[in-house]
Amino acid sequence: MSMAITAHSRWSLPWRWCLLATVLLAMTLMAGTAIGETMIPVETILKVMANHFWDAGYPVDRIDAGIIWNYRFSRSIVAACVGAGLALSGVVLQALLRNPLADPFLMGISAGASTGAVSVTVAGLGAGALTLSGGAFGGAMLAFAMVVVLAHLAGPGGRGGALQASGAIILAGIAGAQLFNALTAFIIARSASAEQARGIMFWLLGSLSGVRWDDVRLAIPAVLAGLAICLWYRRALDAFTFGTDSAASMGIAVRPVRGILIATMALVTAVMVSMVGAIGFVGLVIPHAMRFLVGSRHTRLVPACALAGAIFMIGSDVVSRTLIAGQVLPIGVITSLIGAPAFALILIRGARLT
Amino acid sequence: MKLSARNISWQVNGRQLLDNIRLETVPGENLGLIGPNGSGKTTLLRILAGLQKPHTGDVWLGDQSMYRMRQRHIARSIALVEQQAMASDRISVHQAVSLGRTPYLSPMRGWSPQDEAIVSRALYDVGIEPLKTRPWHTLSGGEGQRVQIARALAQQPDILLLDEPTNHLDIRHQLSILGLVRALPITVVIALHDLNQAMDCDRVGVLEDGRLVDIGPPEEVLTPHRLRRTFGVHADVLANAQDQRHYMRFRQAV
Repeated sequence: MSMAITAHSRWSLPWRWCLLATVLLAMTLMAGTAIGETMIPVETILKVMANHFWDAGYPVDRIDAGIIWNYRFSRSIVAACVGAGLALSGVVLQALLRNPLADPFLMGISAGASTGAVSVTVAGLGAGALTLSGGAFGGAMLAFAMVVVLAHLAGPGGRGGALQASGAIILAGIAGAQLFNALTAFIIARSASAEQARGIMFWLLGSLSGVRWDDVRLAIPAVLAGLAICLWYRRALDAFTFGTDSAASMGIAVRPVRGILIATMALVTAVMVSMVGAIGFVGLVIPHAMRFLVGSRHTRLVPACALAGAIFMIGSDVVSRTLIAGQVLPIGVITSLIGAPAFALILIRGARLT
Repeated sequence: MKLSARNISWQVNGRQLLDNIRLETVPGENLGLIGPNGSGKTTLLRILAGLQKPHTGDVWLGDQSMYRMRQRHIARSIALVEQQAMASDRISVHQAVSLGRTPYLSPMRGWSPQDEAIVSRALYDVGIEPLKTRPWHTLSGGEGQRVQIARALAQQPDILLLDEPTNHLDIRHQLSILGLVRALPITVVIALHDLNQAMDCDRVGVLEDGRLVDIGPPEEVLTPHRLRRTFGVHADVLANAQDQRHYMRFRQAV
């Protein structure tokens, strides 16, 4: 009897969590917009938003308005999308491949993106018609396609047939990443100036500096689509708990489901990487941290990862802008600097709990 | 519901793992599959469960071919308990058993009180209700195997396939798992390693190098001749003085 009651009262719970998540995200976005080299009062931010969203016509300082709207707010939104997208990607790959070390860049995506980026900026591919982001996206998709073909040939369905599908994907990803990293190094060594090489390194570590509203319009649909697909397949992701065979015996059409999820996550990751570079650590660690906090059922884990990834990335961006006055650090450095100790704490606490 | 293998074959790298197997379950029976290591028991169970498609032949579930059915509809009729289940995630026993409801849930249709009742029933039926809040990774081998059986029962299958479920268990847990499986009112196909345990099945099928060489009641199938030919052992089949049931005493390898 009590079972039935708990099952019923769960219906209202998701909405409460949704509300809480929205409030938390909005507050973090505010903080990300307010904090910086010049601190901006929240009141001013709200006025600028009201002006833009509802033509409220509040009188505000034009420089403040410019910083808020064109610089910090758009940047915070993109940071949130990137964090959420990478965390989602990580949680899906870890669940499907049954490997705790899986992260969004496992499929050679960051390596391919960097090759694409240097092909455009250093080697001059596309003769000015291609942007760095476009090149990075193209490179990422090319690398992903190659890894998929290799994994298919090496996996149980292919001619090799000696490897489990998840093992084949991981090994193919490693091979693809090595190949594309070597290509990147080759292009840089052959024709980059010292200045270009430094710029590329900065991009590879992740940078939100060039982000504008155009990126927002790309990032939001990408992350929402990713989130929707993860939630749609949440039970399938749960069913992989005891491996692919077990998932299949519980009615999951393993190949199509795995294909759709991996392709979606690769696309989301490629969009994020092409905008802001390869920001490490988030996709690997946020899913683990959230498993400790909310458990491993994807109904909760998926939204929790998206939210935590978003908040973590906004926070890291703020730190990267403010840690050293007058200088913006690569955000990938910050995510690792904050994330590694935080993760160590969670691991130790989690170990004590069990 | 009947599960029937129609002339199925499977080969890997030119080696014939299953060779033209024909097999049909009788509703409600306990069918034991025995055979030496590498004789194809696990492969046959995987094909019967719909996890892989044979290179030739067909598997029928009821009155239609399994390969025309959706995976989730197969999973509502057939459940499989693998030899060893591993999970790296921290999930509770209750959550692990709840996974068995997967073929009945959809993205739009959530968890209902009815699902909860079925899971509770499955936990109760295999006697692990007191464990339901325990984390999966703290369970012993026997407890873990019971959880997997409960998970399979939560699928409400007509046919339960088990792959050597008593491996690595001590004798008490072996007997209790087998007793539990035998008492189930559904069709059970069980791969067994211990030939004396196969004696308690309704029928026994013998696999030898991927061929089903014999199938029938255990007393007719498990003869000294069969044991010598297929398993390579000299053995006596004796009758227990107390209940007159047969058991085997193995003397030496051929």
